[in-house]
Amino acid sequence: MTYAFQAEGLVKRYGKTIALDGVDLAARPGTVLGVLGPNGAGKTTAVRVLATLLRPDAGRAVVGGYDVVRDADQVRRRIGLTGQYASVDDDLTGTENLLLIGRLMDLRTADARVRAAELLARFDLTEAAGRPARTYSGGMRRRLDLAASLVGRPDVIYLDEPTTGLDPAKRDDVWNMVRALVADGTTVLLTTQYLEEADALADEITVMDHGRVIAHDTPADLKRIVGGQTIAARPADPARLGDTGQILAAVSGHQPESPSRGVLTVPVPDDTAFTEAVRRLAAAGITMTELSLRLPSLDEVFLTLTGHGADDRQEAGV
Amino acid sequence: MTATLTPPAPAVAATAPARRPFRLIRHSLALAARSLTKTRRTPEQLLDVTLQPVIFVVIFVYLLGGAVAGSQHAYLQFLLPAIMVQTAMFASTAIGVNLNSDIKKGVFDRFRSLPIARSAPLIGAVLGDVIRFVVAMVVLIGFGTALGFRFGNGPLLGLAACLLVLVFSFCLSWTSVLIGMLVREPGAVQGISFLIMFPLTFGTNMMVPTDTLPGWLQAWVKLNPVTDVMEAARGLMLGGPIAGPITSTLLWSLGLLAVFAPLAVRAYRRRT
Ligand SMILES: Nc1ncnc2c1ncn2[C@@H]1O[C@H](COP(=O)(O)OP(=O)(O)OP(=O)(O)O)[C@@H](O)[C@H]1O
Ligand SMILES: [Mg+2]
Repeated sequence: MTYAFQAEGLVKRYGKTIALDGVDLAARPGTVLGVLGPNGAGKTTAVRVLATLLRPDAGRAVVGGYDVVRDADQVRRRIGLTGQYASVDDDLTGTENLLLIGRLMDLRTADARVRAAELLARFDLTEAAGRPARTYSGGMRRRLDLAASLVGRPDVIYLDEPTTGLDPAKRDDVWNMVRALVADGTTVLLTTQYLEEADALADEITVMDHGRVIAHDTPADLKRIVGGQTIAARPADPARLGDTGQILAAVSGHQPESPSRGVLTVPVPDDTAFTEAVRRLAAAGITMTELSLRLPSLDEVFLTLTGHGADDRQEAGV
Repeated sequence: MTATLTPPAPAVAATAPARRPFRLIRHSLALAARSLTKTRRTPEQLLDVTLQPVIFVVIFVYLLGGAVAGSQHAYLQFLLPAIMVQTAMFASTAIGVNLNSDIKKGVFDRFRSLPIARSAPLIGAVLGDVIRFVVAMVVLIGFGTALGFRFGNGPLLGLAACLLVLVFSFCLSWTSVLIGMLVREPGAVQGISFLIMFPLTFGTNMMVPTDTLPGWLQAWVKLNPVTDVMEAARGLMLGGPIAGPITSTLLWSLGLLAVFAPLAVRAYRRRT
């Protein structure tokens, strides 16, 4: 099987910290690999190795058939990187930022101009194109950063937590952009702390924790392991908690749990159960202040996969 | 697995990059243009090189002129070429500070992920900094002229002096780049650079003729290459022997460039 990029046994140490402890990552061309993990899992470190910014202490990584250490220049011709922290030049305008990268990517000046205008339009930045990036909002900077990583039409693009700090509408824009890239045949590595995001975009998900891969699966299989979706319900009148519980038990076939006072949660196999629950609660005349269907949080994923939450582990210093 | 190690046939992209020669030069110039744009947008960056020569001239000429040379005008003639060298040398320390803080901001991560030579962002920054030297010299000569300074050797050789100082400062910049790459904090870069610059610039015959100095200091002044640069600038601007000092200046410049530019690039590669 050919991979657009593949890392095997990556190890990276910073003093006593082991940022990567034998990490394998791979994605087939034209797919999205979601890398899911809490703070400090090693996501950024792995991306930096794949983007030729960091030499691994052990292991190796190949992008488009080229080794990230030995053939770094060939790799750099094929990748785009949007780092976790925006790497745009604040003193330059949006256009100047993109033109500079176009020139450094050896585009002809005319081509670089066309490409810059095209990308600015695509990321809804045409109006702000002539303003220095320091006047941009956080979301605009992220978008300019994304645009900058696309100037050279990369085969593989790394997006390190691309939606952190974006409002829901802009987050949807980024999701749509990722889908458009994949439709064009680009391979995407996307890191995130949200199972929801990985589920929405990724063909395969690698879950990382403390520098190790603790799971690798398709979103569907991963959800099967960690319990799929959950209904959370909070009746307006606490006295109706019992009735609510009965309905939830009936539609899901599980006994609901109460993670906090006045709230009931129950795992469900698919969203038809949710529709059914909504119908029956309405029929019983129970008013809800909260009724939602959600994927397990990262913490719940970790609880299932490792037996402890994402944060507990860090506090315990294991 | 082994199959993935064979490079695939290069894909013909819609905008195939133009394969032109002199890529390093082109990339460095594009990055130098970036520096210039940044300077244009934030001209306050040039405040130090604008004020420093004026302050030095005022302090030294009026404070010491009467005592050292008997007349302030004579002392201005003697001092200005040396102050030009000193100002340019201090101006060359800014680049290490700027690069050091730039690298932290992530813009350099972008450059590192592009298929350009590792040295291009550094060369670009050094070239872009030439504007600082030019501004410093123009201000200094303008101010000096207003106070009565004259090129005793004609404007052409005066210009040659400026160019020589420019070449020397440009080569000296690489020591600042190296410090900027090795040290963690911008503030520390500034401190170290100044510590180096003080004995180099003041430990010369900048303010008084060498033979008036105590013996141990004379030894240092004669050893210090900056003395030669100042002598060369004086010779070109005012008249006097030039062949020796100019040769020495150029050799030192070449030496600084040959040693510190590769060291700086190496330190930049290692820094992650
Ligand atoms: N330059 C560095 N020096 C020292 N330690 C580092 C360095 N970079 C990363 N680390 C450590 O390596 C580990 C992994 O860091 P990394 O940034 O890869 O995590 P992450 O998964 O990207 O986290 P986040 O979600 O917070 O971005 C952390 O413990 C971090 O403190
Ligand atoms: Mg990170």
